[in-house]
Amino acid sequence: MPSADEVKNRIEAAIPGAVAEVQTPDEVHFSARVRAGAFGGLSRVQQHRLVMDIFDGELGGSIHALELKTEAT
Amino acid sequence: MSDTQIRDLIAEAIKENDLILFMKGTPEQPACGFSMRTVAMLQSLDVPFAAVDVLPDPRIRQELSALSNWPTIPQLFHGGELIGGCDIVTEMYESGELATTLGIETPADAPAEAPDGDPAQAAPMGIENRLSQ
Repeated sequence: MPSADEVKNRIEAAIPGAVAEVQTPDEVHFSARVRAGAFGGLSRVQQHRLVMDIFDGELGGSIHALELKTEAT
Repeated sequence: MSDTQIRDLIAEAIKENDLILFMKGTPEQPACGFSMRTVAMLQSLDVPFAAVDVLPDPRIRQELSALSNWPTIPQLFHGGELIGGCDIVTEMYESGELATTLGIETPADAPAEAPDGDPAQAAPMGIENRLSQ
């Protein structure tokens, strides 16, 4: 089971310049707020896809739910 | 029915319905907290929408996600385009952007914060938002 820090680090490593705040009550459900310059000019759907793609194959598995809020900086 | 036929039916439903929600359960009986919240937001805007329950056949979800490139349920489509899942719909609801996008006026009695849905009907939260493998 990933920790909040692991999820945070993976988001920040995958999206250059991203700053992520991640919370989890149980290491299965995660809530992330991600700010990144790379989100500029993208729709919300595209921003969320960038983050969800990092966890492709894990969403629904070790990560049951990832609640997301994205913001272009 | 083949997977391709299911995908074609989904594509057709998205094309034919201006506003369509793919969800777990039905608007009357949502089977997941995220679906329930999304339904509650649409209902509080008083906007008509079509709803498809993805639970009866795992292939509905599989083909929908392949089509939309979006892994989770619910998924809301407007004018053939994916608006997003529960998080995006919530954000847009609270900013007023959802009503604008849907081309409607926010009803005077709609709550400013996203409604949670009727707690009496609340399904257990959280663990439903998983992919069928």
